[in-house]
Parts: sequence; structure tokens; C-alpha cells
Amino acid sequence: MADIKKLVSMLKELDDLLTGCMRCGMCQAQCPVFAQTGRETDVTRGKLALLSGLSEEILKDPEEVNEKLQRCLLCGTCEANCPSGVKVTDIFLRARAILTGYLGLPPTQRLIFRRLLTNPKLMNNLLSLGSSLQGLFTKDADSVIGTSCARFNAPLIADRHFKKLASKSLHSQTPHKDTPPGKSGLRVAFFPGCVTDKVFPQVGQAVLKVMEHHQVGVFMPPNQACCGIPALSSGETEVFDNLVRQNLDLFAKGKWDYLITPCATCTATIHELWPKYYGDKMDAVRVKDLADKVMDVSQFLTDVLKVAPKEAVTPTKVAYHDPCHLRNTLKITAQPRQILAAGGKYAAAELPGGPSCCGSGGSFNIKHYKLSDVIGRKKAESIAATGAKIAATSCPACMLQISDMLSKSGHSIPVKHVVELYAETL
Amino acid sequence: MIRDALKNEFQRIVGKDNVMTEPAELHAYSYDSAVLDQTQPAIVVRPENSESLGQVVRLCNENGLKLTVRGAGTNLSGGTIPHPGGVVCLTTALDKVLEINEEDLYAVVQPGVVTAKFAAQVAAKGLLYPPDPGSQAVSTLGGNVAENAGGLRALKYGVTKDYVMGVDFFDVNGELIRSGGKTVKCVTGYNLAGLMIASEGTLGVFEKLTLKLVPPPAAYKAMMAVFPDVMDASRAVAAIIANKIVPATLEFMDNFTIRTVENFRKAGLPVDAAAMLLIEVDGHPAQVEDDAAKVESICKDNKAISVRVAKDDAERNAVWQARRDALPALARVKPTTVLEDATVPRSKIPAMMQALDKIAKKYDLTIGTFGHAGDGNLHPTILTDKRDQKEWHRVEAAIDAIFEEALALGGTLSGEHGIGLAKSKYLKNEYGVGAINYSRRMKSVLDPNNILNPGKILGPLLA
Ligand SMILES: Cc1cc2nc3c(=O)[nH]c(=O)nc-3n(C[C@H](O)[C@H](O)[C@H](O)COP(=O)(O)OP(=O)(O)OC[C@H]3O[C@@H](n4cnc5c(N)ncnc54)[C@H](O)[C@@H]3O)c2cc1C
Ligand code: SF4
Ligand code: SF4
Ligand code: SF4
Repeated sequence: MADIKKLVSMLKELDDLLTGCMRCGMCQAQCPVFAQTGRETDVTRGKLALLSGLSEEILKDPEEVNEKLQRCLLCGTCEANCPSGVKVTDIFLRARAILTGYLGLPPTQRLIFRRLLTNPKLMNNLLSLGSSLQGLFTKDADSVIGTSCARFNAPLIADRHFKKLASKSLHSQTPHKDTPPGKSGLRVAFFPGCVTDKVFPQVGQAVLKVMEHHQVGVFMPPNQACCGIPALSSGETEVFDNLVRQNLDLFAKGKWDYLITPCATCTATIHELWPKYYGDKMDAVRVKDLADKVMDVSQFLTDVLKVAPKEAVTPTKVAYHDPCHLRNTLKITAQPRQILAAGGKYAAAELPGGPSCCGSGGSFNIKHYKLSDVIGRKKAESIAATGAKIAATSCPACMLQISDMLSKSGHSIPVKHVVELYAETL
Repeated sequence: MIRDALKNEFQRIVGKDNVMTEPAELHAYSYDSAVLDQTQPAIVVRPENSESLGQVVRLCNENGLKLTVRGAGTNLSGGTIPHPGGVVCLTTALDKVLEINEEDLYAVVQPGVVTAKFAAQVAAKGLLYPPDPGSQAVSTLGGNVAENAGGLRALKYGVTKDYVMGVDFFDVNGELIRSGGKTVKCVTGYNLAGLMIASEGTLGVFEKLTLKLVPPPAAYKAMMAVFPDVMDASRAVAAIIANKIVPATLEFMDNFTIRTVENFRKAGLPVDAAAMLLIEVDGHPAQVEDDAAKVESICKDNKAISVRVAKDDAERNAVWQARRDALPALARVKPTTVLEDATVPRSKIPAMMQALDKIAKKYDLTIGTFGHAGDGNLHPTILTDKRDQKEWHRVEAAIDAIFEEALALGGTLSGEHGIGLAKSKYLKNEYGVGAINYSRRMKSVLDPNNILNPGKILGPLLA
């Protein structure tokens, strides 16, 4: 293990960011984890205090601090509402990188990150193998939502009702695309993101259909790499750099006006985190250019193409869940609702109690499944309470979590991406 | 370090999951919202029902363990900074609203209920719980009672104490003491509920609170008045009250705060104005119209440059957004934000404003002032960086000067934030040694082992 003095000196670099927290405690009203546990180590203020404590050497056990730090969804709700403007997610990501550098990741996780995530071809092959075998181990749970659960006792699956890997991923349905701009005069680069690609190819197809309908050219290169958020939030900055670079090179091969994604997390990551954390400063121009051009698909449709909501006579109610990364990080809340209404068939129903995190949070769901489950079930109940027959959102990761939760709580409500519902009306 | 045997006892009472002793966990309970040094407890416990709350208190007393009860930990006077090596007892799991009685207009709650959640449940029944501290989104009702918290509506509706009908609390022996009741009038025995209000966890541990509810006003109107001079604004405040109008809210912002808020929100606030008053009148619709017109003309008579009356809820919200933005905007200017709450008689606000100005210059500090002009409760907010030791010494001196000035003007050390650790050293300046000795004698009988939040309010007890 590295020298603890070195750890302390690295943490000291966070000092300026940390002192911005005036310990007012207002984050207690925001944090979904704290709402479940009522413990100070689970709320932003507490976690920031632990980092200060470590950097001031009042606390001496980095492992313990790291463990508490992992109990966070990185949903950004606290940051969006912090009176003092503390850059919470920035602090947490940097701290995770520092602590992972010091403590090291568990070997299997490191192997997955270094070997698999950075090699999209290998990962795709492995996962399509997995997709053809998964039926052996799972059985159907809810046919409307399309979830499955474990056939045998399987610790990793636990009692999850998960969406299976698609039998044919988006990249095998449509390996690549390169179409000229039509009447719109525009061309977009399309970044579906891993979950869309492997679990919800229909969301990717919906995006392609919508672009074709609006006569927008599409550049979708093969072998896209992950946006890098799993690596970054686990503190694997080298892997993150590698993934960003692969994507930068890939998208440099085409000419396009906007980079669009149907994944809230991908959009937020590319827009906010790529320019901030990409280690190769020589490459700053390229990464900034991409970050400036990335857009959530609904945002592109409303803000650029001026697709407007259409008044429906008897609209079908759709319960809309605001993904944290759109709501908190990018402040995009109106556009997906407008796209829902744009087909003249649906209207967004608001969830009682207002917007809140679905409890997925990437690896949080794996490491703290029980907590993730309680937070998610509340979400499922609030969706059911709207009386809507369909649930929709703008992030495939949220779709996974919400499907699991609705299915387990016995609410047979299908979960869709807003762009799917819009595409269906065209 | 706490002995294993005691730890086991606590675990038996509240369950294993509700006992925390890891260093990181203890560290997370070593501070609150006050800018003070941290100290760590030896153990943190989280009872899930009132029976175990009582047992925790008794166990502490039997073993001479110092006990600090903690709600949301948002108090600004160090009231929840534990005694080193003591016990912190969380109320976050005691969060049930037990009854909202619409016939007799009261509610019974556990102490860990969050203020805003309670207010919302009450509002859903068409009633009002008026106390609305700025921290209400997170603060607990137990904490509110223990600090006697005030809020924006205090001018007309009063503070927490005006809504406490009864407090059931554990004494140090873990015996449940009932006080007050559910009747509008109740003079049975000593006013023990009154004794618990503002006691900051030093006299008993609240188990249950009975709170008064009122019908909400039928109508309200908000307005924003801009003044070229602080004195004019203060004269307007005095004139409004002298004209027998009691607004629900009457808030003040100084030029520095206005500029900072404008920088933050770009809402079109008048950055040249010396001061701004944010006023809301409420009540019967006809009276509201009447009062609003009068307030408007009084402001104009007192040289207001402009008075903007909110036409609808959106405009009303814009007025209150400006007020809500005061702290967040100031907090972003410098790393450390010291929010004080020295309070003076309303007529002395101009004098206090002048004094604050002088203090800022003398100690070379940035001070933004906003607050509840209607009740004389100002929040001079010092913006600094605690890591700058030289400046921090000047901040400490300035705080001393602020309290000295407030007392000299016939004011008080605290309008709503309490005494805690932060202001105990000034207490004798306000009430003299007699009051302190009386309080200490009382405490020493009720809490002979001095386990209940020692050091708060009364300072270290002399043997
Ligand atoms: C941004 C901000 C704005 C604020 N605005 C206001 C305001 O407008 N008006 C105002 O008055 N204050 C305000 N405050 C101060 C603070 O929020 C109040 O004092 C509040 O009442 C504290 O509630 P709490 O639940 O956080 O209590 P804590 O801070 O946890 O505790 C406060 C005191 O109460 C005691 N206590 C708590 N529960 C019990 C119990 N069950 N039995 C016995 N003792 C108990 C504690 O031991 C401690 O001494 C503000 C604070 C912040 C950070
Ligand atoms: S809301 Fe912001 S400033 Fe307040 S305690 Fe939380 S992180 Fe710190
Ligand atoms: S990012 Fe979300 S989960 Fe993490 S501390 Fe903030 S509010 Fe809590
Ligand atoms: S954000 Fe999530 S879904 Fe999107 S590419 Fe990254 S890992 Fe995949």
C-alpha cells in the first residue's frame, strides 16, 4: 500500500472544494440514501466531513471512509440544491479516484474494467454469448414488463426481476450507419450507450426511426466504447481515459452537427465529466468540442428541430420519471415531457411527491442492493399511484431499475423510453 | 472509549444496527451547523421507539455518561456538539405524526418529525402550523422546541413556544414526565412544558410533543419596497407597526446582500438600493387589500423609491425567492459563513445597522445583513475563511463586539438560534450572575450527575 502521507497530501488538494460546505445540513432533505437510513455518514454533509477528517488525519482508516463514500448514488440531487454551491459530485469522483489509487480495486473488478470495458469487441462477443445462454438460468417474471428472475438460487441475481440481454443487440441489428442529411440539413452522430445497445435495442431503433422521419442524417460508427462513468465512479481514471480516447477517435471519423444519446447518464457524462476528468490535456480541444455538441435526444428534438407538443383529445397518461442526470446535472425536465406529448397521443402524468432518484446509481445497485431496492420500490409505488398504464423515462439505466421494481411489487406497468413512445406515433 | 459491557447494553436496548462505534461514524456526529471545533462522542445510538429512548437515558445516568440528543443537527450554536467521549442519541427514527386533531386543533408528534413534512401534513388537512424556520426542510420538531425556533412568520404568528401545548419527556432516571395537555387552557402544576422550551437538551429528553394548530389565513399579499437609505427603511418598519398593521412577515436586506443575491440569481433586484423590505400581509381578503394599500403608502411616505405589489402567486414567489436566496448567495462568496442572530428592539434597528457597519470597517470584514426586521431579529452574516488565522481572530473579536452592541441597545444575544456552546460565555452580560446561579441550581437538582448536554447554555458547571 502506498504511503499514507501521500494519500493525505492528495486529499489536501480537495481542501478548497471541501471548505465550501458550511455544514448547514440542508442536504438531509435531498439525499435518497439518508432518507432511508437517517445516518449522518449517509448524507452529503457527513461524507464531506469524513473526507475532511481523513485529510486532516483525524480519521486514519481510508478503507472505512471509502466504504461510506460508496454509499452514494452520485445522483447529484444534493449538489443541485446545496445553498453553498458545493461541487459534491466533483469532490466524490475525485476522492474515489484518490482512494482507489491508494487502496486498489478488488482484482476481479479491476480485470473487468481493464480488460473488458476497454475492449468493446471482446465485450460484445462475450455478452452475445451470455445472451444466448441466459435462458438456461432464468425464467419469466412479468410478461408485460418483460422481466426475468433467477431459475436457481443465484447470489448475484438475488431476487432481482431483471431485463434480459436482448437476443440481438443494437449493434448486431444495425452494425453501423452513415446517412446524408435530408431536408433538415442536419446530421447527428449517434451514441446509444451500453444499456440501450445490449438490453433495449428497440430504444436505439426508435431513435433511428425518429431521425429518419425528420430527415436527419445519422453517423453511427461500429465498436463504440462505454462512456466511462462506471470506471470513473470506481476511481479507475486510466480506464476512463482509454474509453474517452477510443470514442473521440471514433467520432472524429465523421462530420456531424450534434452528438445525440437516449441515455441521460451518457449525455451528462460526456457533457460534464469528459472535459473535466479526461487526463490528456493535450486533447482538450477535441473533448470540449464533443462535450459542447452532445445532446439528449428529446432536447435535440425540441430545441433544435423544434418538435412541439401536440394537444391530444383523450391522451393516454404516462407516468414520467425524471432521471437524475437530466434533472440535476443538465436541468432538462421540460423537453422529454414535450416529446411525450408530441405524438398527439400521450400526456405526462406527474409522480406524487415530486421527482426523486430511482435508486439505481450504477454500481450502487450491485453493492447496496437492499438500499437500492427500498428506494426503487418507493419509486414504483409513486408510479403506480398515478394510475398511468405506461411508465416512461429518458435513461435506459433507470428503465432497468424501474422494470425490476414494478415487476417485483406486482405492478404490471410496461416501462418505455419517451423516444419509443414518440416513434410509435410517427 | 466505551466499555464493551456498556456497548452490549446499548445494543440490547436499541438493537445492534442502531449502535455506532466505528471512528468514521463517531466523526460524523462531532459537529453541527455552528462554526465551532469538533468533538467526538464514544458511541451513537438510534432508538426506534420511545421505550428504548427512555432506557437509553437511564443507562446513561446510571453510568454517568454524558448524553446529547440530536435531531437534524442544524442548530447554529453548537447544541449538538457532544461531550468528548459521551453518548449521542439520534431522534431520526422517532419520526411519526401520532395524531392530527381537526376538531380541537392540535397534533401529537414524536420529536424526530421533520418540520416541513409535518407542516405539509397539517396543510393537507386545511390547517396551519405557523413556525417556519429557514431550516424547516430538515430540522426536527424536537430541535425546534429545544431551541424555541422562530421563522419568517414570527412577527404575526409567534415562535415555536407559542404552539407548544405539551411536552412529554424523560427525566434523567428515564421516568416519563407528562406536562401540558390538549386543552386550550391548562394551568395544572408548574409549567414544565414551558421549562422544556429552549432548554437545548439540558433538562430532559422529549418523547412526545403536543402542538397547537390554527386555521390558515384566507388571503395574502406580498410586496417588495426599495429604499435609498437604511434609516428610511427602518422608519417604515416602525411606522407600519405604529399604524397597527401586523404583517405576517416583514423582512430586511441590506445593500451588500441585495447585490450578492442579484449576482447569484439575476432577478432584476435594485443593486443601488441601500435596503429592501419584503412584506406580506394576510388575513381576511378585504383586510388584506386594506392593509396592503396602507403598507404601500406608508413605505412611500418614508421615501421608498418603489413598492412592487405581487399580482399573483408567481410574483409572490419571486419576492420570497429573493429572501430565500439571501443565505445561499452570501454563502458562496467566501468559504466560511458565520450567521449570527443578535436581536434588538425594533426601534433600534437603524442604530444596530450603523453599529454593524462600524464593526465591519473596524475589523476589516465583509458582513452582509438580512433578517426579520419586523421583530428586530437581524442576521449579520460574516463572510470569511476559517483557515486564515489572522482574519479568524478578527472575526471572533467582531462577534464579541456585535453582542456587546446588541445588549447595549437593550437587545438579546439570541433571537432564535439559542445559546449552546457558542454564546454561553456572554450569558452573564445579558442576565447577570443571579440568573445563571439560579439556573445552575435548578439543573444540579434535576440532573445531579450533569449528564444532559453538559456545557450548553450554562457553560462548564463549577462543581
Ligand atoms: C440554513 C439554516 C437556517 C436556519 N434558519 C433558522 C430560522 O429561521 N429560525 C430558527 O430559529 N433557527 C434557524 N436555524 C437553526 C436551526 O435550524 C434550529 O435551531 C432548529 O430548531 C434545530 O433543529 P434540529 O432538529 O436540527 O435540532 P438539533 O440541531 O439536532 O438540536 C438542537 C438542540 O435541541 C436539542 N434536542 C433535539 N431533540 C431533542 C429532544 N428530543 N429532546 C431534548 N432535546 C433535544 C439538542 O440537544 C440541541 O441542543 C437555521 C439553521 C440553518 C442551518
Ligand atoms: S447542503 Fe451543501 S453546504 Fe449544506 S451541509 Fe450539505 S453539502 Fe454542506
Ligand atoms: S449524490 Fe445523491 S446519493 Fe450521493 S450524497 Fe448527494 S443526494 Fe445523496
Ligand atoms: S452511462 Fe451507463 S448506459 Fe450509458 S454508456 Fe455509460 S455505462 Fe453504458
